[in-house]
Amino acid sequence: MTTGLFLTQLLNGVQLGVLLFLLASGLTLVFGIMNFVNLTHGSLYMMGAYFAAAGYNAFDSSFLAAALVAIPGTMLLGFVVERLALATLYTRDHLDQVLATFGLILFFNEVVRAIWGPASVYMNVPQALSGTVSLFGLPYPAYRFAIITVGLLVGLALYLVIHRTRVGMLIRAGASNPQMVSALGVDIKGLNSLVFALGAGLAGLAGLMAGPIVSVQSGMGEPILILTLVVIVTGGIGSIRGAFYGALIVGIVDTIGRAFLPMLLREFLERSVAQAMGPAIASMLIYLLMAAVLALRPQGLFPVRHG
Amino acid sequence: MASGFTLTPRSVFAVLLLVGLGLVPLISGALAQPFYVTLFTRILVFALAALGLNLILGYGALVSFGHAMYMGIGAYAVGILAHHGVTNGWAQLGAAMVVGAAVALAVGLICLRTTREGGGMAFIMITLAFAQMMFFLAVSLRAYGGDDGLPISVRSDFGLFSLQDPNTLYYLSYALLLAVLLGMRRLIDARFGMVLRGCKSNERRMAALGFPTLRYKLAAYVISALVCVLAGMLLANLTRFVSPSYMAWTVSGELIVMIVLGGLGTLIGPVAGATALLLLEEVLSSLKFGLPWLDKLINQHWLGLIGLFIVFVVLVMKRGVYGGLPAGPPTAKGRPK
Amino acid sequence: MLRNFIRTAAAAAAALATTALLAQAQAPAPIKIGFMAELSGPQGALGQDQYDAFMLVVERNGGRLGGVPVQVIREDSQLKPDVATQIVQKLIEKDNVSIITGITFSNVMMAVHKPITEKGVFLIGSNAGPAPIAGAQCSPFQFITSWQNDNQAEVVGRYATDKGYKRVIGMAPNYQAGKDFVAGFKRMYKGEVIDEIYTPLNQPDFSAELAQVAAKNPDAIYVFYPGGLGVNFIRQYQQAGLLGKIPLLSSSTTDGSTLPAQQAAALGVISGTFWGPDFNNPANRQFVDEFEKKFNRIPSQYAAQSYDAAQLLDSAIAKVRGNMADKNAFRAALKAADFKSVRGNFRFNTNHFPIQDQHIFEVARDAKGRVSLKTIATPLKDHGDAYASLCKM
Repeated sequence: MTTGLFLTQLLNGVQLGVLLFLLASGLTLVFGIMNFVNLTHGSLYMMGAYFAAAGYNAFDSSFLAAALVAIPGTMLLGFVVERLALATLYTRDHLDQVLATFGLILFFNEVVRAIWGPASVYMNVPQALSGTVSLFGLPYPAYRFAIITVGLLVGLALYLVIHRTRVGMLIRAGASNPQMVSALGVDIKGLNSLVFALGAGLAGLAGLMAGPIVSVQSGMGEPILILTLVVIVTGGIGSIRGAFYGALIVGIVDTIGRAFLPMLLREFLERSVAQAMGPAIASMLIYLLMAAVLALRPQGLFPVRHG
Repeated sequence: MASGFTLTPRSVFAVLLLVGLGLVPLISGALAQPFYVTLFTRILVFALAALGLNLILGYGALVSFGHAMYMGIGAYAVGILAHHGVTNGWAQLGAAMVVGAAVALAVGLICLRTTREGGGMAFIMITLAFAQMMFFLAVSLRAYGGDDGLPISVRSDFGLFSLQDPNTLYYLSYALLLAVLLGMRRLIDARFGMVLRGCKSNERRMAALGFPTLRYKLAAYVISALVCVLAGMLLANLTRFVSPSYMAWTVSGELIVMIVLGGLGTLIGPVAGATALLLLEEVLSSLKFGLPWLDKLINQHWLGLIGLFIVFVVLVMKRGVYGGLPAGPPTAKGRPK
Repeated sequence: MLRNFIRTAAAAAAALATTALLAQAQAPAPIKIGFMAELSGPQGALGQDQYDAFMLVVERNGGRLGGVPVQVIREDSQLKPDVATQIVQKLIEKDNVSIITGITFSNVMMAVHKPITEKGVFLIGSNAGPAPIAGAQCSPFQFITSWQNDNQAEVVGRYATDKGYKRVIGMAPNYQAGKDFVAGFKRMYKGEVIDEIYTPLNQPDFSAELAQVAAKNPDAIYVFYPGGLGVNFIRQYQQAGLLGKIPLLSSSTTDGSTLPAQQAAALGVISGTFWGPDFNNPANRQFVDEFEKKFNRIPSQYAAQSYDAAQLLDSAIAKVRGNMADKNAFRAALKAADFKSVRGNFRFNTNHFPIQDQHIFEVARDAKGRVSLKTIATPLKDHGDAYASLCKM
């Protein structure tokens, strides 16, 4: 095992983390401001990927078309779903929210199967990014590099919006004390819809970026949803900072674990056993981490600063 | 609290449901359709699991998103022991109960810590985390099939009777369901249940009154877990197969759906909910209206319709199928059954 | 006149009765066949090819096989062994099928093999061929029209030896078939397998593993990634800059089900299997022409296997004249394998797996410029499998 390999795997972990951040940021805002458990977020990611693939295939393999269809499309979908089904649940307890959004997951999974069929759909990386860059002596796919870059830029943009604009100030205030914000005359319903649509757009962006590297299929949202929930709970609900650092931690732990645990285990165990246990235990690590955080510091590692 | 039998829509429904479930093997025998016994055994298994979860969810407002893991423990106890040649039902039961209790104690202690500060979200997430850990542990067990699962060639043998015969399995599940119902009734009506319900409405007050709330909640958690372990053992015997998918978080979600669908905070609710949900799934996948496009839509995409149905139940039928039935006029003792 | 009337009436009655009797004799109850395959997710393309090819034969014969009307009940196992066991239970207990066919993936096959065969239902597997059922766990009720998992790997192992590759890495998903394929490769490959990498079956991202491969820099890499996993793998292999640098040998990774999505990213990849669309025998030409005309895509080997399964059933049902009650007679009819396979030579081994030739293909453009498979060698002729001796049948 060389340093080059380790650094490459680290970069892979960052890439996964960045994708998780795109999803976690939207989800944590919805949670923090509207106190709303939104399990449908994974489905929005899936719809983003499907919209992207549809745009890509309809407009002669154009990644730009895919982006133009996916991001606004998912934002619109999020807005519609929120207005129609979810807004009435803000005042209900978490159990009802969990159940309703769980039902929507099942619904969306079938909608995509009905429209696009049960087999996977595919889209390719844009031509310009289909090569490799040489990193520490090893070739690294240029496209994954682009994902990291886009993710970091979005993180920066979110930071600027949240901390340097008026809208961002309202969002932060809403996360701290929604009733006060409403009492001060701000249109809290409009703010909620805005936050939800923003989260949906980010999920759509994540779906767009992930489309070319994974298979776009029904149910692709659930594994990512679980990871995203782990991220926001570990990082701190309502906190963008928490989403960022939490996502990186989860992404790196998962990837490094997946890559190196089998190697480590193979010293003691038979090969295919080690290969089965390696990724499984790596996955367990993330949940162990979350359980530890919840038991010792229930508000998360980087919670929203109140007061 | 004496439980006299009053004739209300709720009680009539409950009696009809339980009697109906008892008659299934006879009816299916008469119709020469052994498939119905299989279907209804499955319903009984999930009704049992839902009953278990209901103890802490319906009465204690502790939303556990990980109770499927206990079903998995029960199922794997049967599977792993059978794999090694131990098909004695009592041995399997003993192992399952011991492991289940140990895990429930450990997990419960850690998870219930988070319910101290309000905000039940932490409890939901941490129970989910433990269930996922158990899921991945099962996946990593290559020796017992891992992700592919483990076929079980011989069903449990309890000496006096063996579960080889489908009807025997059905009646055992039915008997267990009735026993657990009775047990739950006694538990809820006793002081234990009062404390639990008190914790649900205002835990601080209960603590101030001197009750060791954590101990009561932990006891309830362990009991509910053991009921699910029992259900898992029956499931493994029914399908003659065990796989990590029995512990998927979506299974825990479905258990919650069954409880809410039936009626949160009622005793028979989970049984009604399990029956309704699983029957709905079965009916939808073979429903034929005669219109090809509609039939195809319903038969192949019934899961989406169930999803919409769940949303509908949450938004509109807040009190569930059974819970929505009138419970009759309030009795002199205060609360109707 | 009355006598005339009676005579005519009697003749008419006799004619009517005879027709009715003949109609009864020629209208046996439709045979119910359960078709279960992986029809959703990335693997959906394989199951779909199996189904389409099977129904091609059924519909060509007007909804009949062997002259008898059949009812094909289509089910999706979603690549979940527990769902598959439930479906099989339902097919046997509720729908009363006498034959179950399809079964794409080996882990599903391992879960349903016993539940099907112990109930006396015939299992005509048209893809999965895991080692246990070719050996000790074989059943007289099973007939496999595809291959034993190791075969497709063995031929590539022989090819790799012939090409003189000294250091090879093996990579496959971590389930029964994955292990079988790598084991089969190793059986015929005389060089050194410097590493074996097994990835979780539902893991779509190979970045971590491909980085390891690049670091080790072998002479060649051998992979087995069916369906959507193959699409992801080939694309990521190309994105990682490894295509053209490290020769890619494969089984079931580049075929009719995955090439439409892989396209140019797969050019030059070597694979080994029993059949290619460019085979020049009459049965195959008819199959490929009809399939392409009806479904507008090149058939994959999964389609070919399932087409042969339908042809096998066609011949066997005809032999027993639709009488499914006599299971021994039906079994003998199946064993005879009296049909024209699209692959050329076909006969059953003692464990009811095929004995056939194995070839090597390269991904290249065909005469119409489409990305397809080109036959380049036939290293193994009349090849059985390594487990037949373990099967006590």
